[in-house]
Amino acid sequence: MAMVIRCFLTLLLFLVSTHLTSSLYEDQVGLMDWHQQYIGKVKHALFHTQKTGRKRVLVSTEENVVASLDLRRGEIFWRHVLGTNDVVDGLDIALGKYVITLSSDGSILRAWNLPDGQMKNLKADKDDLILVFGKGCLHAVSSIDGEVLWRQDFAGESIEVGHIIQSTDEIYVAGFIGSSKFYVYGLNAKNGELLKNDHTTLPSDTFGELLSVSSDKFVVLDNMRSKILTIKIKNGKISYNQKPISDLNKDSSGQAVILPSRIPELFALRMNSRVLLIKVTNEGDLVLVDKINNAAGVSDALSISEGQHALAFAQHEDSKIRLLVKDINNWNDDLLKESIIIDNQRGNIDKIFINNYLRTDRSYGFRALIVMEDHSLLLVQQGEIVWSREDGLASVVDVTTSELPVEKEGVSVAKVEQNLFEWLKGHVLKLKGTLMIASPEDVVAIQALRLRSSEKSKMTRDHNGFRKLLIILTRAGKVFALHTGDGRVVWSVLLHTLRKTEVCKDPVGLNIYQWQVPHHHALDENPSILVVGRCGPSLATPAVLSFIDAYNGKELNSMSLTHTVAQVIPLPYTDSTEQRLHLIIDINQHAYLYPRSPEAIDILQREFSNVYWYSVEADDGVIRGHALKGNCIHIIDEYCFDFRDLWSIVFPSETEKIIATVTRKSNEVVHTQAKVMTDYDVMYKYVSKNVLFVANAAPKARGEIGAATPEEAWLVIYIIDTVTGRILHRMTHHGCQGPVHAVFSENWVVYHYFNLRAHRYEMSVVEVYDQSRGDNKDVWKFVLGKHNLTSPISSYYRPEVTTKSQSYFFTHSVKAIEVTSTAKGITSKQLLIGTIGDQVLALDKRFLDPRRTLNPSQAEKEEGIIPLTDSLPIISQTYITHSLKVEGLQGIVTVPAKLESTSLVFAYGVDLFFTQVAPSRTYDSLTEDFSYALLLLTIVALVAAIFVTWVLSERKDLQEKWR
Amino acid sequence: MEKGKGLMGSGGRRWGVDLSDNSTSRDIPDPPGFSRASLDQDDSSLSRQKKDAESNWKAQKAWEVAQAPLKNLLMMGFMMWMAGSTVHLFSIGITFSALWQPISALQSVGKMFEPYKDNKVELLGPKLLFIALNLGGLALGVWKLNALGLLPTHTSDWVSSLAPAQEVEFSSGGVNLG
Repeated sequence: MAMVIRCFLTLLLFLVSTHLTSSLYEDQVGLMDWHQQYIGKVKHALFHTQKTGRKRVLVSTEENVVASLDLRRGEIFWRHVLGTNDVVDGLDIALGKYVITLSSDGSILRAWNLPDGQMKNLKADKDDLILVFGKGCLHAVSSIDGEVLWRQDFAGESIEVGHIIQSTDEIYVAGFIGSSKFYVYGLNAKNGELLKNDHTTLPSDTFGELLSVSSDKFVVLDNMRSKILTIKIKNGKISYNQKPISDLNKDSSGQAVILPSRIPELFALRMNSRVLLIKVTNEGDLVLVDKINNAAGVSDALSISEGQHALAFAQHEDSKIRLLVKDINNWNDDLLKESIIIDNQRGNIDKIFINNYLRTDRSYGFRALIVMEDHSLLLVQQGEIVWSREDGLASVVDVTTSELPVEKEGVSVAKVEQNLFEWLKGHVLKLKGTLMIASPEDVVAIQALRLRSSEKSKMTRDHNGFRKLLIILTRAGKVFALHTGDGRVVWSVLLHTLRKTEVCKDPVGLNIYQWQVPHHHALDENPSILVVGRCGPSLATPAVLSFIDAYNGKELNSMSLTHTVAQVIPLPYTDSTEQRLHLIIDINQHAYLYPRSPEAIDILQREFSNVYWYSVEADDGVIRGHALKGNCIHIIDEYCFDFRDLWSIVFPSETEKIIATVTRKSNEVVHTQAKVMTDYDVMYKYVSKNVLFVANAAPKARGEIGAATPEEAWLVIYIIDTVTGRILHRMTHHGCQGPVHAVFSENWVVYHYFNLRAHRYEMSVVEVYDQSRGDNKDVWKFVLGKHNLTSPISSYYRPEVTTKSQSYFFTHSVKAIEVTSTAKGITSKQLLIGTIGDQVLALDKRFLDPRRTLNPSQAEKEEGIIPLTDSLPIISQTYITHSLKVEGLQGIVTVPAKLESTSLVFAYGVDLFFTQVAPSRTYDSLTEDFSYALLLLTIVALVAAIFVTWVLSERKDLQEKWR
Repeated sequence: MEKGKGLMGSGGRRWGVDLSDNSTSRDIPDPPGFSRASLDQDDSSLSRQKKDAESNWKAQKAWEVAQAPLKNLLMMGFMMWMAGSTVHLFSIGITFSALWQPISALQSVGKMFEPYKDNKVELLGPKLLFIALNLGGLALGVWKLNALGLLPTHTSDWVSSLAPAQEVEFSSGGVNLG
């Protein structure tokens, strides 16, 4: 057996060394991978439909994307993803051909060319001023060259500027100091000179934002939210009056909120599910215009002609949505009244943007861009949804996978392949391709055939395990299931536990877990998924759970818990229906067991003394270890357990701050515990799941790169046993700092950091070996099976460990690191590095081998050790994203396929990308372009040849005998 | 009928006359000038001589057969030296044939010496030599196998697929969910 493996490994090594890079041919793009582009939840939208050219809508989103979409089909014309901290505050079209964006709290102004999205210097014939306000400072920017003409600083006066009123030669800046003092400054538009100012103290504190109703009138709520303050500015003088809401609306229960829709002379006030439209007269009086029940959203006003403004709002009506467009000045007749059926999994309407167009009969038609609760974007025109985009997928919170249903019997091959003729034709085409006799048309046909192969998008489990469901939890609280074959949405569900309610004000989805993975005896049950959420961003808010059927997306069960959630620990035990036991730990360090069944308690009681838990308190620099103690004392609940503290590691706060922790994936499979060195020496890997890698940085060097000198920066890394709290390894990198990205797999950890002395990024590898097993060297013990290497071990044996480590320079800065995972763990590993350019680079683990030396011996070379170099090579063919970019890359997920050589990789950010990687090539299967037809042909030819020669020899024999 | 029967009974085997059989043709007088005594004497000495020669020849042949693997051994040694010490198709083929030949030869030791089986021929010696030489060939094959590194004589050969030990404790946790 060992010999066979050695033969096999040698062969493998041979193959690997001959194909050092595993790149992709041009015609293989899109065969196994797919890429989807999204923009995220739309914040601002501007229609650009005046010109006869392509109609488009410009949007800026919460994912800091500025994009131009095709109004006909919803496709992206161009798109720019600004950095994570570069929040887009405003969007406008200037001079009809530039898109202006203001971002990063108003500190960055950019202009983009409208047709193609190129960044532009503003060029204009007229000398127009662009006024920009940001960080307490008003800037006037010339529209000719983007130069700042003047600036006026208000930051010193701690004024929170709310609005800027512009007239021909005077600019008024209005805002609050504190929440009740209102200030107005008048500035000269030419040079920014301060002309006059006025201030007044309002009778009460204010609530919420100041809303401008017209150029000189503002409304704001008082802090009791029962009165409306109307502020009027005339020639720099402030006057105000107030009116209780109850005067306008008798039934004034509930909290009032002023909606931020900009409507001339009007404003919208939301109370419960009702929206009041209130008109502000020239005298500053408030008049109620309309009450809208079940209102879902109110758009900004749209100026359709001189003095005519339209306003759109939507109402929910059972399963339909009623869209109404009204003329503001002529409230009683509707410009448009439409009912639209929208999938109820999209939730409520969040925002509406309207645009008008001229119908053939010279009347106005309206189209509305609707942002839904699940962040999807719809374009509605003439009562129908023209297109929709699932932009919730741009903000992925967590990802897990699920198997597909097992294929039912009785599905014949012919049915799958449509018909035999097609099948035969396809194979003939392929054969032509192999024999290089295909015409260019045939080549195109072959490519099309390969791309739309029905095999990869079937809804059943396949033999190789390539087809799976990717279950994705998005920030909007919607769960999507994507098919790995082609990336289509199989089902999606908006979890009602993650929707805003009175009880749960601001729910957030936290994580997603595999709750039930049936195999063996529970195969007839569908797998299910657990979604853990919380009723608000604070840790102290109660938790919510949802259980979803992974095959059809039905919500099986949901719970609003009384306790909080600080951590979720999936235990390595399952009950008789294959439901995994989970411990949910709240902020008071009680553990709650799920599923809540007596059987689960039995299972936990059996393993009671073996369940440990640790908490990393990054702010205090403490890591604590805990063990289960018994049922809760203060809470009467048999599913509640107390912990006792076992150990704690306190890092010196003046020299070290925790900046990164990483642990092994719980589902990782390791094939062997031994590592064979050259000269048949054996080292035993320290393969334990209970290890934690911690990276600490010097407090001064926690910030940006360059903030600290090399002398005051250091990085200390620890490898800690999380059962006993024992520090297995500690190492200091002087002159280095974070950010640290790390990945832990088998017995090694690879981490990425910045070396201040060398001014370069570095990657280090640490491999941990179990020294105490090293004396198992007697062959006869193994021959007779008299060793105890596979008997269960405990961390309390305190095994002696040794480490090997090495550092290499690496060119890129990194957004995420992941490692490939395969079904049995035999295949060599590749590191998947999400680079700053939003691509994913595959780097062989062999490059990060601590045993690399300058001149490896012949034996070491045979083993595959690469000569030492100071930096890691970046081979452009190993970008698994090839020419594509996963904009705003956040994370990489790897899942093993059933085929040992292959690992499935899913990278997400604003875009989604999925592919398969085979770190040691697909040694266990024929490649996709293998020509079965050629094989068949060869066999047929051989059989025919055998038959012919047999006949010939028979004949010759006969002649011989007659002679 | 009776006579015929008798004729048949006694003469049925008479079709073949064994001239060397002295006893049956005693009633017929010898032809004149034929001296039986001299022939008898001559015949026996001749056959003894012949048998001696044959057994000598057989013994000689047996020794030759026994020594045949030696040539094979030398040949194999040369081939192995040619094949080198890296694992590839050629060296594996040669090594396995070097292992297979002695084994198959050892299996058919009896059959190999069958033609030389004689009461007077001592076959033990040749057989032992044959077996020894074949064992030598086998040893050479095994040595080659070892030289190629295909024999599981090192610890590394036995632990390369040793599954990691199960852990008694389970621990998990981390930073609080943000």
